[in-house]
Amino acid sequence: MDLSLLPDGGVGWLDASGDHADIVLSTRIRLARNVEGYAFTPRARDGERLRVLSQIREAAQHLRPLQAGMLLRVDELPTLDRQLLHERHLVSKELAGFDGPAGVRTGAAVLLGDDVSLMVNEEDHLRLQALRSGFELPAAWRAVEQLDQDLGGRVPYAFHGEFGFLTACPTNTGTGMRASVLIHLPGLVLTKEIQKVLAGLQQIGLTYRGLYGEGSEVVGNFFQISNQTTLGRSEEELIDHLAQVVRRVIEKEEEARRVLLRDAGTTVEDKLWRAYGTLRYARSLTFEEAMNYLSGVRLAVGLKLISGLSVYTLNKLLIFCQPAHLAYLEGRALTESEVHVARARYVRQALSSEAGTAG
Amino acid sequence: MLCENCKERDAVVNLTQVKSGAVTQLHLCEKCAAEQGVETSVASPHSQIGDFLQAVQQQSLTVPGDQSSCHFCGATTRDFRSSGRLGCARCYGAFERSLRELLRRLHGNSRHTGRRYEPPAPELLEQASLVGQLKDRLRRAVEAEQFELAAELRDRLRTYE
Repeated sequence: MDLSLLPDGGVGWLDASGDHADIVLSTRIRLARNVEGYAFTPRARDGERLRVLSQIREAAQHLRPLQAGMLLRVDELPTLDRQLLHERHLVSKELAGFDGPAGVRTGAAVLLGDDVSLMVNEEDHLRLQALRSGFELPAAWRAVEQLDQDLGGRVPYAFHGEFGFLTACPTNTGTGMRASVLIHLPGLVLTKEIQKVLAGLQQIGLTYRGLYGEGSEVVGNFFQISNQTTLGRSEEELIDHLAQVVRRVIEKEEEARRVLLRDAGTTVEDKLWRAYGTLRYARSLTFEEAMNYLSGVRLAVGLKLISGLSVYTLNKLLIFCQPAHLAYLEGRALTESEVHVARARYVRQALSSEAGTAG
Repeated sequence: MLCENCKERDAVVNLTQVKSGAVTQLHLCEKCAAEQGVETSVASPHSQIGDFLQAVQQQSLTVPGDQSSCHFCGATTRDFRSSGRLGCARCYGAFERSLRELLRRLHGNSRHTGRRYEPPAPELLEQASLVGQLKDRLRRAVEAEQFELAAELRDRLRTYE
């Protein structure tokens, strides 16, 4: 699959352009919606899912952000292409068919627009999404809300006066909205403050996950913080609450970084330069190693200990050093040990083109 | 190195303790460390669905006033309990009483206060998709032996064909 044909290659959200982009990688807001009159995706038959898809396809032709976009029939793609889309955060694990034994569903598709995207026949018929670089909740909300209004004006949604937007899983009922911020918190992890912060989040109706959402491991000190409840508060209230808390977490992270520099400057500096050195010269890297060292280098750039490296390059490395991306670059299927070697080579090349120097 | 406490598993935690001014080092396995109240790693991401299923398990979903199955998609309370997913929008009506309680537990609330939604006027909808939907519903109604509903749907379909 030629991903360069996608708007922004599908990685515009990595360009480190938004607010607090050194700490917050990206902001995502998604809305779960279902089309009235059909069983929800997991219970629907193939014919129903295909009709949902054709109804959405027809409506999308009239919607500005999707008109010039690209429709990918995920159920017609080979495994490697589906994995590539998943690694690029363009489709969920469930839509790509990697979640559970059912595999990829007939009618599974993604519509990639200018600055919004739409998954069709995920757990819900529709998952509308806006993904932005940096801490940009208001911009993401404006984009997804507009798409929702336009699409809902053409396709009848399942809506209930008391329960709101109806979804396959009751954890999404109501607004159907999940707003999340992907944030890098190495300072809080190193100062061992992170457990307190995470426990605090859960007490106030927020939750956290790893780099790839629900069920994924926390790697490289990246945490996705999002609203846990979707019913009983308005979309704006949920977003404001998340924004306030994330601002506080960013302050805490900055404070932790100052403490690290003050109390353990030399130790920290040594650890981070060693991380950089490993990435520059290693001949084989596992994904976890790469993530952890990249986290260190990212922290070093944030602390201005290393200069000459852009946050954009570091963001891109997170995505491009995953197995399907590496296989795609090498032009063939790779064994596990070949993946580790290809990863080390890719990281070396990316970092040598932007040589980091002592800040 | 073996855990200094159980002497069975590999030590993965290096615990530094300060007792009456003296520093001691203790090498422990994950289990023994946890028993001493030491956090050994960042907790795995919190799974909402895990909590949710637990809530479903704890609660019998056959609250009086609920139907035992949904007339539209045929999903039963048992299906819901095992998958944690509702079959269609009509399930919300069929299992309304127990769902209200479940939603209150999950969200602390069971009433939507966010955006309201007005569906598009029927004349704006594609006739083809309406016909497709009616056919699906007719097939389900026949399978569920709901013949009155099936007759009504068949009559509605005739107005389009």
